[in-house]
Amino acid sequence: MICTCFGKTFDTRILGDAARLMLGVPAYDAYVAHLAARHPKLEPLSRDEFFLNRQQARFGQSGLRCC
Amino acid sequence: MARSLPQTLIWTGVAVLGTASLAVLALDRGESVNALWLVTAALCTYAIAYRFYSLFLARNVLGLTATRPTPAMRHPDGMDYVPTNKVVLFGHHFAAIAGAGPLVGPVLAAQMGFLPGTLWILVGVVFAGAVQDFLVLSFSVRRDGRSLGDMIRGEMGPFAGTVASVGVLSIMVILLAVLGLIIVKALANSPWGTFTIFATIPIALAMGLYGRFVRPQGVLEMSAAGVALLLGAIWLGGEVAANPVSAAWFTFSAPSLALMLMGYGFLASVLPVWLVLAPRDYLSTFLKIGTICGLALGIAITLPVLHMPAITRFIDGTGPVFAGSLFPFLFITIACGSVSGFHALVASGTTPKMLQSEPQARAIGYGAMLTESFVAIMALIAASVLQPGAYFAMNAPPAAVGATVQQVSATVTGWGFAITPEALTQLAHQVGETTILARAGGAPTLAVGMAKIFSGVLGGQALMAFWYHFAILFEALFILTTIDAGTRVARFMIQDFSGAVFPAFRRTGNLGANAVATALAVGGWGFFLYQGVTDPLGGINTLWPLFGIANQMLAAIALSFCTVVLFKMKRQRVAWVAAVPTAWLGVCTLTAGAEKIFSPTPAIGFLAHAARYRTALDAGALLAPAKSIAAMRQVIANDTVDVTLTMLFMAVVITMLITGALAAWRAVREISVTAREVPDDMHLLRQNI
Repeated sequence: MICTCFGKTFDTRILGDAARLMLGVPAYDAYVAHLAARHPKLEPLSRDEFFLNRQQARFGQSGLRCC
Repeated sequence: MARSLPQTLIWTGVAVLGTASLAVLALDRGESVNALWLVTAALCTYAIAYRFYSLFLARNVLGLTATRPTPAMRHPDGMDYVPTNKVVLFGHHFAAIAGAGPLVGPVLAAQMGFLPGTLWILVGVVFAGAVQDFLVLSFSVRRDGRSLGDMIRGEMGPFAGTVASVGVLSIMVILLAVLGLIIVKALANSPWGTFTIFATIPIALAMGLYGRFVRPQGVLEMSAAGVALLLGAIWLGGEVAANPVSAAWFTFSAPSLALMLMGYGFLASVLPVWLVLAPRDYLSTFLKIGTICGLALGIAITLPVLHMPAITRFIDGTGPVFAGSLFPFLFITIACGSVSGFHALVASGTTPKMLQSEPQARAIGYGAMLTESFVAIMALIAASVLQPGAYFAMNAPPAAVGATVQQVSATVTGWGFAITPEALTQLAHQVGETTILARAGGAPTLAVGMAKIFSGVLGGQALMAFWYHFAILFEALFILTTIDAGTRVARFMIQDFSGAVFPAFRRTGNLGANAVATALAVGGWGFFLYQGVTDPLGGINTLWPLFGIANQMLAAIALSFCTVVLFKMKRQRVAWVAAVPTAWLGVCTLTAGAEKIFSPTPAIGFLAHAARYRTALDAGALLAPAKSIAAMRQVIANDTVDVTLTMLFMAVVITMLITGALAAWRAVREISVTAREVPDDMHLLRQNI
C-alpha cells in the first residue's frame, strides 16, 4: 500500500521490513531480485530457508547487542 | 552554506528555546519543575547538534560522498550486504544499540539531582557519544564493513589490536555481571516478578519450536503472539503472588537467583540458538521498542512534575546509591546515554554492510545515538518523578539506612528527604510487592517511575502494580537477552584466544571445547555477580563504577582509533572532534580507576576496604556480611581481584592512548595519506555491472 506522510510517499511494506530487520532478517524480495539479476542460474532459498539461514548467521557467531 | 532568512530565524528560535529551558532547569531552587522543560531542552539541543555539528562532521571531517560506493553497493549478496532503506536501517541500528544501560545509569545518577545527569547526557552525546558512533560507522563503511578490532589491527598494528580485544573481553565479563546483578536485585523475594521471568522460558521455547518447524517466515506473527502471552503472564503473576502457597514456590533469595542465572546463562548459550536465544531476542526487541515509544507518549501526555531537586548534597561523594564525587564518578555512572564504547562494536557490525549511500551514515550513526540519549533523559525523568524520599529508600543499602520502614524513613528524612514509614509501605502495596526497600540497581526505581507515568495514562491506581511488573519484565527480558548473547560472544572470544595455544580449542563444533569455554565465560561474570549479591552495600555500589569504567574505556579506545584515522587521512586540523572526547574519557576513566583502587574511603577504594577487613581479621573480629573467618578471607580476596581488574582496565587505556599518540605522530610525518580505505572506484564498479 502506498501512503503519504508529511508530503512524502512511501510503501507501507517498509514497516514490515523494518520490523523484520530489527530481528536480523533482511528483505526477502530484495534477495530474490538480487539473485535474479546477478545469478540467474541459482535457485533462491525459500522464505522459510532464508529466515533460518539469517537466524543462524546472526546468532551463530556473535549476535552483538548493546548493554 | 547559504542560508535563507526564515531558516536562520527558525534555528535562532530553537537555540533561544533550548537555552531558556535549560535556564529554567538550572535556576530552579526549591520548587518542582515540570518535565516538559527537560524534554524541551533535550530536543532543542539534539536538533541544533544534528543540524549543525553532524553536518560539519559529515562534510568537513569525514567528507562523505553520495557517489562513493558503500560495501552494500560494492558486493551486494542479498543477505549480509544489502542496500537498505534509510528508515529501515535506522530502526535496525537503534534496536541494536538500545539496551538496559541508558535506563539504569541515569536512575543511579539521579542521587546527585537531575541537573548534573542532564547536562552530562546532553553534552556527552553531542560531542562524544554520537561522534564516536558516527565516525566508527563511517570508517567501517570505507573499510568494507570490517569490525572495530579488525580496523584497529589494520590501522594501528597487531599489538594495539590484541590489547583492544583483551579490553573487549574484560568489559563483557563485567557488563554481564552488573546486568545480572540488576535482575537479581529486582527479583529477590518478589514472587510476581520471578514468576513472569520464569514464564518467558516456556514462551520462548514455544516460539522457537514454531519458528523452526512450523512456519519460520512467520516471525512477526509469532513475536506478536509471544508478546500477548507475556502480558498474560504478568497478569497471572499477580494471581500467583496473591496466593501464599504458590507465592512460596517463586520466592527466592538473591544468592539462589544468582546461581540460577548462571545455570541459565550456561544452558542458553550452549543450546541451539533457535531454541531459546533467538526467540527471546525477538520478544525483547519488540517489547523494548514498544515500551520506549510508550514511555515517550506517557511523558508527553501526563507532563509529570520532577520532585527530585536539581542538585542534591550528594555531589560531594557521600551518596548512598553509588560512592564517589561528581567528578569523575558521574561521568562513568551515566555511560550509555552519553557515550558508550559498546556502540563502537555495533556500529562496525551489520549496519555498515547495509548502508545505501555514505551521507546516510549521518542520520543512522549520529541520529540513532541522539535517540538513545533521549531514552536516557526519559529514564532520568522517570526516576525524578518519585518523591526523593522514596527514591533513596529504594536505592540505599540496608547497611546505610537500616532494614525496616521505620529505620529507613527516619534516616532518609534525616538527610532532608522527608518520607513517612506509611508512605513507603503504601508504595510497596501499590506496586504489588511486600517491600520496596533495598532495591538498588535502577530497574525497580525506573519501574515505579514508569508505573506512575503509565498509570497516569491508562488504568490509574488499579493498574499500577501491573505496570510496575511490566516494567520489571521489560528490563529483565532484555538484560537476559544480553546475558545469553554476551555469554556466547565471550565464549567465542575465549575459544579464539586459547585457540592460539591449543588449536583444538578453536573448533566451535567441538562440544567439549564449547562447554569448557562457556563455563569459563559464565564463571567469569558469575564470580563478580555472586560477589555483588553478597556485598553488604548491595553490590551495585561497587560494581556499577567498574562497569562504567570498562564501558568508557572501550569508548576511549574507539575514539583514539578515530583520532588516529583522521591523522592518517591528513585531516589532523579537525582531529580534535575525536581527540578532545578521547582525552576527556581518558581522564575520567583513569581518575575513577585510581580512586577505586587507592581512595582511603573503604566505600570507594578496594585497598582501603581490604585493609579494614584485614585489620578486623587480625583482631579476631568479624565484619558484616562475613559470618566466618573464611568469609572474611573471601572478602579480602574479592578486593584483590577487583584491584587487579581495575589495573588491567587502566593498563589497557594507557597502552591504547600511547599507541594512538605514536601512530598519530607517525602519520603527521608522512607526506601522503596513509589511512587504509577501500579506494573510491565507482567508475570501475559501473564497468563491472
